[in-house]
Amino acid sequence: MAEEKKGFSHDTIERNTLLLVVLILITVSIGGLVQIVPLFTIESTVEKVDGVRPYSPLELAGYNIYVREGCYNCHSQMVRPFRDEVERYGHYSLAAESMHDRPFQWGSKRTGPDLARVGGKYSDEWHVAHLVDPRAVVPESIMPGYAWMKDRPLKADDIADHLRALTVVGSAYTADQIANAKADLIAQQNPDADHDGLLSRYPKAVVSNFSGDPKVVTEMDALVAYLQVLGTMVDFTKYQSPAQLQQ
Amino acid sequence: MANKPEKDALSGVETTGHEWDGLRELNNPLPKWWLYIFYVTIAWSLVYYVFYPAWPLGTTYTKGVLGWSQREEIVEKLAEAKAAQGKFLTAIAAKSVDEIQKDKELLAFAMAGGRTMFNENCAACHGAGGQGAKGFPALADDVWLWGGTTADIYQTIRHGIRADDAETRGVVGIGMTAFGRDGILDRTQIDQVAEYILSLNGKPSDATKAAAGKTVYEENCVACHGEKAEGSLAADLTDIGAPPLITANWIWGGDKASLVETITNGRAGVMPNWAARLEDTTIKQLAVYVHNLGGGK
Repeated sequence: MAEEKKGFSHDTIERNTLLLVVLILITVSIGGLVQIVPLFTIESTVEKVDGVRPYSPLELAGYNIYVREGCYNCHSQMVRPFRDEVERYGHYSLAAESMHDRPFQWGSKRTGPDLARVGGKYSDEWHVAHLVDPRAVVPESIMPGYAWMKDRPLKADDIADHLRALTVVGSAYTADQIANAKADLIAQQNPDADHDGLLSRYPKAVVSNFSGDPKVVTEMDALVAYLQVLGTMVDFTKYQSPAQLQQ
Repeated sequence: MANKPEKDALSGVETTGHEWDGLRELNNPLPKWWLYIFYVTIAWSLVYYVFYPAWPLGTTYTKGVLGWSQREEIVEKLAEAKAAQGKFLTAIAAKSVDEIQKDKELLAFAMAGGRTMFNENCAACHGAGGQGAKGFPALADDVWLWGGTTADIYQTIRHGIRADDAETRGVVGIGMTAFGRDGILDRTQIDQVAEYILSLNGKPSDATKAAAGKTVYEENCVACHGEKAEGSLAADLTDIGAPPLITANWIWGGDKASLVETITNGRAGVMPNWAARLEDTTIKQLAVYVHNLGGGK
């Protein structure tokens, strides 16, 4: 760096605070724009897939518990398009399948197996037995137990507000869904309740007395309802990727 | 700072011209090997843009001259893998599970494939060796709830038990009656019938209660578990799935507390219908594997 260099040199920039600030702003803006601009087109970049719907209130409460307990620290939710993954877990994940996750649960850390397609793979009883004491059913498991969830009533009085908040950020819940949020949440874990409304609002929602007592909605009910819907919304016997459609 | 760049006397390297309390910084150039690799990576990225998908363009993206797509590659890879097993898979698709078992080569193939799929899909409930767990029946013993022939096992895996499937075994949501919760038996009666079942199994039990429990059993339990407590299958009461009550291998536990819990709240085990998840040739391999775990009829 010779001393006689003029104009746009290291020397000039370092000695001219205003110029330095302007140049920093430009650099940071470019970095920011590269990350932010693609988000403006997110509506059109996530391909539309039949069957994907926002979570039912009970599933959503389960999702929130999943995030609260940090399940993502050990479990990913993304089947990658590789032969070994597809043969083990099922069809690779589509972007649309996690469009209602805020934040998404993709991840690359798999201490436990991927859960993107765990819905319907095991019975509700298995999920409860496994969450209460993982080693009761899988002796070699190193997963911690979550037995207390079975006795802990779900705090869900504000579930309609959750739906409203998600509507603002892009998961379009209808006024009907928001108005019936609490009722739907209770109905989904009581097999004897009337489910016509619930199932018309949330097609294919799994109704079950997940943790054994339909009178009390527990955190276990919510979490198992969430796990049982994972990866089940899209019917892959009918799904065709845009590439297939063009052919 | 703002001193003139000058040569450092000791190392002969030019300094940056910055000085802090007499400390000056050498302006060593980047190592050449590092610098050239850096330039190569830049050049490589340009080549990559040309050949591979790279830049987002709103709703689409630059496809690259190779037209490579991960989604197409996975389809090819799966087809390749299938073709490699083609001979066996075609034979398995064409034959019944029984016929597969009689063909030595197919049996070996199905056992290997079945083992892999069992460990991934079935072992979580039924145990890695088919030994079962509390609430999940053992598959390695000769007690079967819904039938232990190859055809029975194949049917059960395909359509599940109390699953969301038109041909599923049992009725969704309906299993053993909750005799206590539904108020059919009172606590004394449940206690008595539990003692009776303990006595049937030769375990320590209260003789008076057991005698009374025999009547309770005959009035309430015979319809599903059979007159000799032999289970629905042995009693020829098909498609109920009621287990034998004289056994060493209880599904839900054979001690007094477990028996009382079962009689009070009922039981209704659920197994998913795997036809919705796995291919038919895979299910046939699983049926062969399960049949050979030790208890196949």
